[in-house]
Amino acid sequence: MAEGRFEVRRRAGVRLWLSAAWLVLLVIVALFAPYIAPKDPLEQDLFSGRLPPFWVHGADASFLLGTDSLGRDVLSRIIFGTRIALGVAVVSASFTCVIGAALGLLAGFYRGWVDVVVSRFIDIWMAFPPVLFSILLIAVIGPGVFSIILAIVVIDWTRFARVIRAEAMAQGAMDYVASARVAGRGRFGILLREILPNVLPIIVVLLTLEMGIAVIVEAILSFVNLSISTDDPTWGGMISEGRSSIHQAWWVLVFPLVTLFLTVLSFSQLGEGLKDRFDPVLR
Amino acid sequence: MSFLEVRNLSARVKGGGPLLRDVSLTVQVGEVRGLVGESGAGKSMIGKAVLGILPKAVEITGGQIVLDGTDLLTLPPAVRRVKVGASCALIPQDPLTALNPSRRIGVQITDRLVDILGWTRQRAEERALALLGEVQITDPARVLRQYPHELSGGMRQRILIASAFAAEPKLIVADEPTTALDVTVQKQILKLIAALQARHGTALLFVTHDLGVVSKVCQNLSVLYAGKVVEDSDVADFFRAPKHPYSAALLAATPKYTDPSAGLQPVPDAVIAAVRAEVEHG
Repeated sequence: MAEGRFEVRRRAGVRLWLSAAWLVLLVIVALFAPYIAPKDPLEQDLFSGRLPPFWVHGADASFLLGTDSLGRDVLSRIIFGTRIALGVAVVSASFTCVIGAALGLLAGFYRGWVDVVVSRFIDIWMAFPPVLFSILLIAVIGPGVFSIILAIVVIDWTRFARVIRAEAMAQGAMDYVASARVAGRGRFGILLREILPNVLPIIVVLLTLEMGIAVIVEAILSFVNLSISTDDPTWGGMISEGRSSIHQAWWVLVFPLVTLFLTVLSFSQLGEGLKDRFDPVLR
Repeated sequence: MSFLEVRNLSARVKGGGPLLRDVSLTVQVGEVRGLVGESGAGKSMIGKAVLGILPKAVEITGGQIVLDGTDLLTLPPAVRRVKVGASCALIPQDPLTALNPSRRIGVQITDRLVDILGWTRQRAEERALALLGEVQITDPARVLRQYPHELSGGMRQRILIASAFAAEPKLIVADEPTTALDVTVQKQILKLIAALQARHGTALLFVTHDLGVVSKVCQNLSVLYAGKVVEDSDVADFFRAPKHPYSAALLAATPKYTDPSAGLQPVPDAVIAAVRAEVEHG
């Protein structure tokens, strides 16, 4: 049994390190994009349009992953797209997490009218179809990075609030909370000292999942042209442009898509791995 | 002098039936009082009412809980919490959920002493170390750095006992402290509670359904049926000659290891009907 446990832990470790490595790579790429990118992502060159990636016959070695129909370097556009993808992911997931977790903790632990207000609010909120809601929101306040972040936060806080409320409720019923109350700790003190540490692993998992979701949402909104201006490279925008020339230049679609896929996968695997690290029972 | 005096306490589920009916009992300084009754008789509710940890669905409808001369029910919640925290402690029923799973043992024992009673961290740590020695934990320094899941149920219950005695409370409510443990561990834990109680002179309200346990650790006991105290006696008198017919039947229902052929004796229906009538109408 001890061996089996070790095995599970080691496999979880590999998963954690692989996904962490990919995300660290992305962060470095995002930070140093201008130094890493071989070309200017916006520079058009109609004479070198739709060049294939380097290993395919007829490629130009200076465009490693080929060019799109306007002759822009695919690799450089992916590299610059990382900035927006990661920026949106981190900022929107953090805000979503803080708002959702705070409301969930308050509702689940204090119960009473706080819970009634928050829970009914969540119920009503979740009745709106999320995609329609975000498109509507952006149509009203106009496209842009800020709008995307706002749309994600406004829609996804319920995901956190729901789950964390349930967990806070379960923890609140434990005897250790009663003991803390007998010892004279106030309600808020119990929430911070006793409940929060036990809810933290779940918050971490949700946070990383949310980052993955934010990357997808940003891509979806770029895909339907509701993200930022079409000149600025975004993964979703590239996928959208690549779609029209899929039969002539598959690389314009495939490379950003693979990057997107790996990133979302890494976020979710990172969450799982971190949960195991945080949980004292599994540690 | 009585340290705790519960007077005519009544409670009910909000919008439902009564849980406690006119309960009165006292715990003298240094006394060990047993509180026995079958499941659902309200014995844990009394302990919880005293400590102020009743479930939200339960409301107190009348009576007084006088702790050290002050009626707790008249105090504002914050004042009450501090007063109870300074003089009372709880040994909970289930050692598996009574320790916070994500915090180290040492921190759980000491931070209440530091944060709430204003001890220095060093003093609190020395105290925790000494107490773990008192509850016969070997290598207490190591245990203080461990997490609850690394310890057995018996070890955790010892830690909870140590933690309950940590701030030198005047009164400890032990809410069925041995029910969740297996029989061999139960005996050690009972001995330990009795020993610490005697050494520290702490009053103990011992909630249990096990009359065998009562005979070992208590001086007095209150027998509860459907939220009402039907008998209040000295333990020696109770086991010699119970006053109430329900108590007598309860005593007769205790399995006797000396005569296995007797089998289990349920409380006779007639006795139950009589005590129910008495509780509900008397």
